[in-house]
Amino acid sequence: MEFLISLWEALPSELQYLIWTVIKIVVIVGPMMLAVAYFTYAERKIIGYMQVRIGPNRVGPKGWLQPIADALKLMFKEIVIPANANKLLFLIAPAITLGPALAAWAVFPFDEELVLADINAGLLYILALTSIGVYGVIIAGWASNSKYAFLGAMRSAAQIVSYEIAMGFALVGVLVAAGSLNLGEIIKAQQGGFFSWFWLPLLPLFGVYVISGVAETNRAPFDVAEGESEIVAGFHVEYSGMTFAVFFLAEYANIILISALTAVMFMGGWLSPFQGWPVLGALFDWVPGFVWLVIKTGFFMFLFLWLRATFPRYRYDQIMRLGWKVFIPITIVWIAVVGLAVVYQVPWWFD
Amino acid sequence: MTLEKLIFYVLAAVIIAAASMVVTRRNPVHSALFLILAFVACSGVWMLAEAEFLAIVLVLVYVGAVMVLFLFVLMMLDIDIAVLRAGFIKMLPLGVIMAIAMAAELILIVGPGNFGLEQYAAPVRHAADYSNTEEIGSVLYTVYMYPFEIAAVILLVAIIAAIGLTMRKRPDTKYLDPANQVLVKRDDRVRMVSMDAEKG
Repeated sequence: MEFLISLWEALPSELQYLIWTVIKIVVIVGPMMLAVAYFTYAERKIIGYMQVRIGPNRVGPKGWLQPIADALKLMFKEIVIPANANKLLFLIAPAITLGPALAAWAVFPFDEELVLADINAGLLYILALTSIGVYGVIIAGWASNSKYAFLGAMRSAAQIVSYEIAMGFALVGVLVAAGSLNLGEIIKAQQGGFFSWFWLPLLPLFGVYVISGVAETNRAPFDVAEGESEIVAGFHVEYSGMTFAVFFLAEYANIILISALTAVMFMGGWLSPFQGWPVLGALFDWVPGFVWLVIKTGFFMFLFLWLRATFPRYRYDQIMRLGWKVFIPITIVWIAVVGLAVVYQVPWWFD
Repeated sequence: MTLEKLIFYVLAAVIIAAASMVVTRRNPVHSALFLILAFVACSGVWMLAEAEFLAIVLVLVYVGAVMVLFLFVLMMLDIDIAVLRAGFIKMLPLGVIMAIAMAAELILIVGPGNFGLEQYAAPVRHAADYSNTEEIGSVLYTVYMYPFEIAAVILLVAIIAAIGLTMRKRPDTKYLDPANQVLVKRDDRVRMVSMDAEKG
């Protein structure tokens, strides 16, 4: 042991820093992958129960090993590359989708002091990274050299660009209310229990953000990019084996990211909902902040599945109308309202 | 310091390589993708210069929105390379003259004569809690208020002009107003008829 410690201290400080950072990244990404695997299981089970079925129940007790079996199956399947496809772009596209979905967690505050990179432009960083993810979809659709895939990519590009504006504006409201771009500071600005969180003063933005989040991740009822009844599977119709699995991973990692961000931005992140309340506040003081964050994130993840089991797919022109003519005006009006409230220090939230 | 220099040279090499690919690739989609690579590497260089707000906004606006629309259009175009290359030899002398003139201008303006350490002192290093975003915001909305607002109005005019040029009434679309759609009652669509049972 002492030998190991002396060996560690002999390393140059830059190398020590690098190794520590890599360890931290592994600690974040490892559980994330596990969460994604079991989120797919949860999706099949929950939607199963909503449709009065049982869902997967054959592999392992109650089907708990189903995601492992799926992952193994996909890993050993052949990767088919279509004729005349651009091989490099075809193979790089899934990685481009997954990369930003994981990199965004670098600035995410898991608890008061628990954050990999506490940078003061965290919100901007997350917006920039999530906007890169769309390239995976576009490049996949184009490089597949297939019409269905291409149609899916075109739909997805138009949809993501439209909803990104509404989403960005919703976040402008959050940063005006919090007065900071740092995610930790945004949470600290929501101190004081359930009714002090930003969901209440920013209610229209909260709604716009959640719905835009569903659209950004190409989930039902906004899943025209896949549209299995119209264009087979959209942009990933030509993908098989591990390349398909990476797209799948990226989609679920993005859902978890959007859910966690909603929890941070509008639901007080790691703050307790009973903070500062008589009796209840003291009663729940011992619960670690991370647990509250997981509960809130879990609720929004459940919401994604609930929406998918409930609503039919949106028609394409209605998606565009909702994004451009409904959401953007709502966000612009509410940013002005929040701006005035902050300037005149309206009581309860902004005084 | 040396690590920083190494990162800078790697990023600079990526930018130059990507930029030359943009103009030499035959497939316009490849060119656009290399342009995106150049943007991302550029934002890395800005990050090194402690301009993190501009670096992130470069990725957010240009990579995340502008280039997506660019690719959107490029991928839909059916470009015949042969037609594009038809006048290559004829236009070559003109092209060479233009290239030399522009290179000369660039060297004259941004050459070491105007931007050496003698002209501008090396900028001071800021602490980690220094917020570049706040600094830009406070300057943009006070000192440069009018230029900023005027630029915004010009962009708005451009948007309106573009929409005005392309907007046209299309009587053949089957578009329905969603407000009317949700008002539809059962009686508007369904008609109950009572028919006599047919005799088999």
